[in-house]
Amino acid sequence: MKIENILNEWGIIITIILIAIPVIVASIIVILRANTVVSNYFKKKELEKFNEYIKDLHPEEVQKLEQRKKELEFALSNNELAGETTPIDTKGLINHVSQVEALRFIEQKKKSQPRPYIEPQLSKLILWYLGCATFWLVFGTTVGEYLGIKFVAPDVDHYSWLSFGRLRPVHTNAVFWGWASLAMMGLAYYVIPRVSNVPIASIKTGYRSLILINTSVIIGSICLMAGINNGGGEYREYIWPVMALFGIGILISLRNFFKTIAKRTNKEIYVSNWYIISAMMYLLVIAFVAYWPGWQRGLGETIVQGYYMHQGVGMWFMLFNLGLMYYFLPQQLNRPIYSYSLGILAFWTQILFYTLIGTHHFIFSAIPWWLQTVAIVGSAGMIIPVVAGTTNFLMTFKGSWNKLSGSYTLPFYLIGIIFYFTGSLQGTAEAFRFTNLVWHFTDFTVAHSHLTMYGIICFMLWGFIYTIVPRLTGNEPPQITVGAHFWLALIGLIFYSFPLMYGATLRGLMWMDGKPFIESVELMAPYWMWRAIGGSLMWLSHILFAYNFYVMVRRKEEIIIPESPIDILKAKLELDKQTITNK
Amino acid sequence: MEFFDNHKKLFRSALGLFLLLTLFVAIIPALNNQENNAPLPNYEPSSEEASLGKKSFIANGCVACHTQQVRNVDMDKMWGKRPGIAADYAGITRTDFWRNTATLMGTERTGPDLTNIGTRQPGLAWNLLHLYQPRTVVEKSIMPAYPWLFEIKNEIGKDDVEVIVPDEFRKGINGKIIAKKEALHLVAYLQSLKQTPLPEGKIPMEFLYKKKESPMSDGNKANLPDGQTLYTQNCASCHQANGEGLKGAFPPLKGSSIVLEDNLELFVDIIMRGYDAREEYAVMNAVGTDNNLSPEEVTAIINHEKTSWGNNAKTVTSDDVKKIMDYIKQASKK
Repeated sequence: MKIENILNEWGIIITIILIAIPVIVASIIVILRANTVVSNYFKKKELEKFNEYIKDLHPEEVQKLEQRKKELEFALSNNELAGETTPIDTKGLINHVSQVEALRFIEQKKKSQPRPYIEPQLSKLILWYLGCATFWLVFGTTVGEYLGIKFVAPDVDHYSWLSFGRLRPVHTNAVFWGWASLAMMGLAYYVIPRVSNVPIASIKTGYRSLILINTSVIIGSICLMAGINNGGGEYREYIWPVMALFGIGILISLRNFFKTIAKRTNKEIYVSNWYIISAMMYLLVIAFVAYWPGWQRGLGETIVQGYYMHQGVGMWFMLFNLGLMYYFLPQQLNRPIYSYSLGILAFWTQILFYTLIGTHHFIFSAIPWWLQTVAIVGSAGMIIPVVAGTTNFLMTFKGSWNKLSGSYTLPFYLIGIIFYFTGSLQGTAEAFRFTNLVWHFTDFTVAHSHLTMYGIICFMLWGFIYTIVPRLTGNEPPQITVGAHFWLALIGLIFYSFPLMYGATLRGLMWMDGKPFIESVELMAPYWMWRAIGGSLMWLSHILFAYNFYVMVRRKEEIIIPESPIDILKAKLELDKQTITNK
Repeated sequence: MEFFDNHKKLFRSALGLFLLLTLFVAIIPALNNQENNAPLPNYEPSSEEASLGKKSFIANGCVACHTQQVRNVDMDKMWGKRPGIAADYAGITRTDFWRNTATLMGTERTGPDLTNIGTRQPGLAWNLLHLYQPRTVVEKSIMPAYPWLFEIKNEIGKDDVEVIVPDEFRKGINGKIIAKKEALHLVAYLQSLKQTPLPEGKIPMEFLYKKKESPMSDGNKANLPDGQTLYTQNCASCHQANGEGLKGAFPPLKGSSIVLEDNLELFVDIIMRGYDAREEYAVMNAVGTDNNLSPEEVTAIINHEKTSWGNNAKTVTSDDVKKIMDYIKQASKK
């Protein structure tokens, strides 16, 4: 691959086009926005002039307008046939009346339902969490997208701060601790007070936690790019003082949640809280064990690394998200969870088996053979919680499948649940000694981690966010961009992971065959290209998600110049009132 | 149930269970491992340059693509003479107060394993050139280039090490490309990466999942392994796949007199013990000895070189090669 003709490569061209599309779309959006601002400005000027004019309106003119208003407002009473009696709907039979007025190009999905009152301060806190999370999603995946391009064009830049080895952990840590963690925490601030039936103990603590976590990810990312890292363990690349900020952030929120649960007015502790509180406790345990700066010589480091990275994924992200799912899914479907006991079974078996499986990342390595076997057994045991959880969710869905097509949130839930099943079981399959032989060290692991962290965690989080934000702000996202987000993310993920898994399998077989290593690098080239293409689609979907989020939280401000007699009179009335109060 | 409705009891037991399991699968095994393993008797602590190089290896995140572990499976044979054991890592301690121990075992092998790279590819010139721009020596490589470890000077100073970069990769650069201290340290670290031999009499662990020996069908080639594969694995990174070498660094084999002439002793000797007779080229390491090549493998490589890229010389037999190799072995023992 000569560097000068890399731009003649079809794949590069496709990737560049794919990257250019969102940039072009974004510029169009920017231009449209700017246009509105400018025209708003001119309209404002016009409005001022008009107001001057109607202030000095001649009484005769006013009279004429009033006359015309009366005429225009004339209408039939609509009671000509029905008479004066008001119809009564004592049994509440007429409900959710919807009317179709125009031809439908996009199927109209159900609007979000009004929900119990949330204090505005808490709303604001949750939106801050979700907003920061969205920022880290876009940031982290932009970095990820760039890394994917580097596989295809290793010489795109030669800056030390942007070199592959330094940027890779920036990507993983930003999406882990910035995006997913903050989104989960924000959603927990919604769920915990809801299921405990009391207000949150302290909103201030929520903000402190938010600031700590953001600071940790900002400093961490800069450190990594500057070449300051912890020595290579995956997801443990931040040095301990940086990770400590994150840990403190979680700790204070954990106390906050615990206090809230202690004050609960219902007797039971809903199963969501089991999962969420446990996930937070476990994160603190694993971070403490992995970061305590006084131990881990030699292979001790590797054993702890296996434990840490896998508990981070399974006991923090997965457990937390399952907890959120146990709240949101029944609530979205408007029916109770299929089986509470299955949820409890899944909870305890997940703890039992998941904790054991960390070292399955180091099979055949120099760590004790018995520990590797325990990890493999634990991975097989994971079938129990995964099957229990999936069954529970799908049985809750049962009888409500028709709701799926009419909702823009439920597809996210369903994909999350499906990937929960396939992704987790794929992890079990990968842990066996023979499959490990073929797939270990290849990009199969990368594909797997995206199928799970993206397919499960991200899809679930998006579903939850689209569920609650319209409730908090009263603004719905445009359904067409939600749909585009969903499809681009899903198709992108498939383009990303499937070719990568196929290529990685060939690569592993090649290694087993004893072929020269560089031939296996050559082999991967087209699959890395597909990864870059899939990655671009995923990235584009995140831009759409950010846009949707923005639409959901922005405050609308429209300037209307009164035109009809009614509006003009109204405006005059308002203005007159103002002049009186001003005096 | 009372238990499920009491938040203190519930969360305490969930935490307790997790802590207990953590103790058994992480803390105790890790402590055991760090207390009960010591470095091998032949272990050489790394030099100051190599330690500094390791820090730069860590800072640049090289572990993202390079593992340092030879697993006890047959496919890992190409990365070391024996499977890795806990003692291999026992000498590694915390980098400093701020940073954790770096065993750098890695989880991705996007690039080759580096456990034994110091034996496999010790050449300073090759390593520097490869760091400056990997694609100068390995055309298909996707490794990042590290030009910031080098500087451009007009004059070469007393201790400066110049890197001869092919013209197509030095666009816009007029001066001399000099390796900075950091690059030299990094290479020193790579050169220091060698498997420590086990103490006398210790038998290494076996490699599992052995490849089934496939019967060689080609009768004419006298049951020799595939010369092209061996050439790609052992020779191509310097002499290149097209046999043309790199100007100013590695000599061509295409049309080379040593390859074409009948002086088999010299040819085998160069492969087994390295070569440093020509000033205009870099030193060649003892490729055959370092990589434990068998007489059949050496023969296959020689025959590949004698008959490729337009070379058309008489092939040799493994018996002849074996005789010379035995002689070299004896001579070097004395």
